[in-house]
Amino acid sequence: MKLIENVSRPVSRRGFLHGALLGGVFVLGARFVPEPLWGAEGDAAASSFEPNLWMSIAEDGTVTIVAHRSEMGCGSRTALPLVVADELDADWSKVKIEQAIGDPKYGSQDTDGSHSVRNNFDLMRQVGATGRAMLITAAAAQWGVSQKDCATEPHFVVHRASGRKLGYGEVAAAAAKLPVPKKEDVPLKIRSQWRYIGKESNSLFDLPEIVTGKAIFGMDATMPGMVYASVEHPPVLGQKIKSYDDKAALKVPGVQKTLTIETFKPPHQFQPLGGVAVIAENTYAAFKGRKSLKIEWDSSPHSVYNSGPFRKTLEATSRQPAKVVRNVGDVDAAFVQSAKTGGKIIEAEYYTPHLAHVSMEPPVAVAEYRNGKVLAWAPTQNPQAVQETIASVLGIKKEDVICHVTLLGGGFGRKSKPDQVAEAAVLSKQLGKPVKVVWSREDDIRFDFFHSVAAMYMKAAVGPDGKPTAWLQRTVYPPINSTFDTSAVYADDEMGLGWNNLPFDIPNHRAENGPADFHVRIGWLRSVANIYHAFAIHSFADELAKAANKDSVQYLLDLIGPPRIVSLDLKGDESEEAKNYPLDTTRLRRVVEIAAEKSGWGKKPMGKGHGMGIAAHRSFLTYVATVVEVEVDSRGQVHIPNVWTAVDAGTIVSPDNIRNQFEGAAVFGTSLALFGEITATNGAIDQSNFHNYQIARMNRAPRHVAVHIVESEAPPAGVGEPGVPPFAPALCNAVFAATGKRVRELPLSKTKLV
Amino acid sequence: MIRFKVNGKEKTFDGDPDMPLLWYLRDVAQLTGTKYGCGMALCGACTVHQNGAAIRSCTTPMKEVSGAEITTIEGIAPMHPVQKAWMEIRVPQCGYCQTGQIMQAIALLKENKNPSDQDIDTAMAGNLCRCGTYQRIRATIHQAAKETV
Repeated sequence: MKLIENVSRPVSRRGFLHGALLGGVFVLGARFVPEPLWGAEGDAAASSFEPNLWMSIAEDGTVTIVAHRSEMGCGSRTALPLVVADELDADWSKVKIEQAIGDPKYGSQDTDGSHSVRNNFDLMRQVGATGRAMLITAAAAQWGVSQKDCATEPHFVVHRASGRKLGYGEVAAAAAKLPVPKKEDVPLKIRSQWRYIGKESNSLFDLPEIVTGKAIFGMDATMPGMVYASVEHPPVLGQKIKSYDDKAALKVPGVQKTLTIETFKPPHQFQPLGGVAVIAENTYAAFKGRKSLKIEWDSSPHSVYNSGPFRKTLEATSRQPAKVVRNVGDVDAAFVQSAKTGGKIIEAEYYTPHLAHVSMEPPVAVAEYRNGKVLAWAPTQNPQAVQETIASVLGIKKEDVICHVTLLGGGFGRKSKPDQVAEAAVLSKQLGKPVKVVWSREDDIRFDFFHSVAAMYMKAAVGPDGKPTAWLQRTVYPPINSTFDTSAVYADDEMGLGWNNLPFDIPNHRAENGPADFHVRIGWLRSVANIYHAFAIHSFADELAKAANKDSVQYLLDLIGPPRIVSLDLKGDESEEAKNYPLDTTRLRRVVEIAAEKSGWGKKPMGKGHGMGIAAHRSFLTYVATVVEVEVDSRGQVHIPNVWTAVDAGTIVSPDNIRNQFEGAAVFGTSLALFGEITATNGAIDQSNFHNYQIARMNRAPRHVAVHIVESEAPPAGVGEPGVPPFAPALCNAVFAATGKRVRELPLSKTKLV
Repeated sequence: MIRFKVNGKEKTFDGDPDMPLLWYLRDVAQLTGTKYGCGMALCGACTVHQNGAAIRSCTTPMKEVSGAEITTIEGIAPMHPVQKAWMEIRVPQCGYCQTGQIMQAIALLKENKNPSDQDIDTAMAGNLCRCGTYQRIRATIHQAAKETV
């Protein structure tokens, strides 16, 4: 059985602050992976050359591959090493995976944006193929034959003519002494030669440890001599401690002392929120001690935040002209023209609330500060952000922060923000010993980096054929950028998340973004702004279909229009990305057609309270169409017997994992559509645990989700997030088909269905 | 002094009798396969067996386990048919809630050898999975039921 080699428990003090991976068994030499490999790979580009960066082969044949991306349930830790192993022609059962510490030499390690495979696929192939080429060269030299007469089978170099074989471990030492071939001299496999990429047999590397309880998550990491800490944070963002009384807390058995953490200086970024920490000999004592703390907080400008009035402000803004983020034709002239010619104007407003991530493992970390350096173990999506945040908060060099990455008990974007790791480091510095900071579920929900609340205004002019001649869409929400810049009110960087790239064939189209202030920390949540943007766009598309008395699928295909590459006015990274990943309506139409066909769209008799809805959305470069079937019972409760999703994610690594991601996305979508709502009163969050912030349980989740993966040789695209955006609009469109009630705000429980 | 058994071994505890079993298992006994998720018996991540029945260890104080036989995921012989089916159907995504799910599923199959979809939904509704692996969990329980009958 494979073990999770990267996480030892208890953590040894030996090697403190060395953090060297791949030590000991290295036989492939220092220059094994040639520098040019990470010279021009975009996101994956490393800033400096380091030997033995990605893999090694031991004399016993064990291949060790570094996973530089985090595992939070999306399969990145397995998928990238699988790609290396495939091109290396390694036997997967002889592969070990080592989790990388945070280090810029790996390029970006930020496991978010559904980009681990898409940004590292070519690089990982090259790493494996280079190793294979060198092993062949070494074996050929040993046999005194031409390399051209040699091939590989898993873990062996084979001389074709004689049938002689040498195991990878047997030639590894010799291969290590060879010069590293140039990238252009290293052949990659052709697709038909892939053993692992795209194969059904792939499963998560950590599967055996997970089902036996041996897998080490952040919650399970320990350090010798550590103490436990639970932090009472200011209820309103930015509040400072005025005074506190810890007498009762200190009487709780197991409580050792209390410490304060300074409230951040704006912008808050990923800094600790501040507050009073209870230090104890176990988690329970720390939690219990906190309940007896008496703290007086000073004022904060954010205590004006009340969700009801804030919604009205957002909606009022959404009715005013705003910043144009995409313009096609002349929407205003088309509205005027439509009025003159008796066309129909249709308007609608949509609203979605804040959401919390609630990964099953709340934020947690263990860290030790010693001699100006920090060692941390954390379930983080971004160990480099841990380094940067701790360095900045403690005023040390980021190279002096070693961050080991455990498995993540879910992430969904929350764990790309390492404020809790910084808390552990700050407390350890004060205490002089390792500290494990454990957030309760209540802490997790109240002090999240929330998915933004949003208001969208939509307006269309519809011609006699029912098709829009003009389409105006305006979105207003506190931007994620407010986390980094307190003056940010526009969501500039987020417009690519389903707003500046409407793939519809409409002659006059304008997308706008209005300003909004933040009052809580705003952050990425699985598929981010795509959630509310897709909700507004695809609910509105269905409203237009119904107004035109057309079939929703046919109407959607008409909106998408003929097969073409959609012309987008993109800048910077988005423009670069669009070169390799043009927005292709052929692919979008195909997923719509497949989802409709698999669902039996239009062919099944639908009784009272029974209906289907569709939505199709491209996000993270992946094309997804989802059909949801609902049954609304006499009490107005929504049941979801079936979901059909068609996915075109380009080239894929692990099909079963992709099905799992999209099955999960349907459940995630169900949670946000049926239940998800975070609200604030006087700046403090009203919800606290799963009783008042519900997520879908088995009995409310879709009963059956069928995922159909479109075969494609296009470059790989995202799979962790893209299943989420089309779900809520497809569900709400189904509710309309079932009940005639149009849902214009989430969660759906706000709309009376009977 | 509270006396009880964990995975067949005699244990004693003389700390805070209000401490939930969960934190004893995790912080004192170093059995970290049992997870914290909510502390209010709302999510099931902390599910273990007390005398064979599934309980939420996060709301079970130590004073209530006196004389009890506690079984955690570490006390389940690998590969239990449920774990085997769990691997075959490749249920987990992040994996954090899965040990609680497995303990709940084992307890269900002990009481009901051939559960219907409805039985499974009822028994498993207390176990949350944020990754959304419910469909595979249901399929896995059906498969394990076939194998154990």
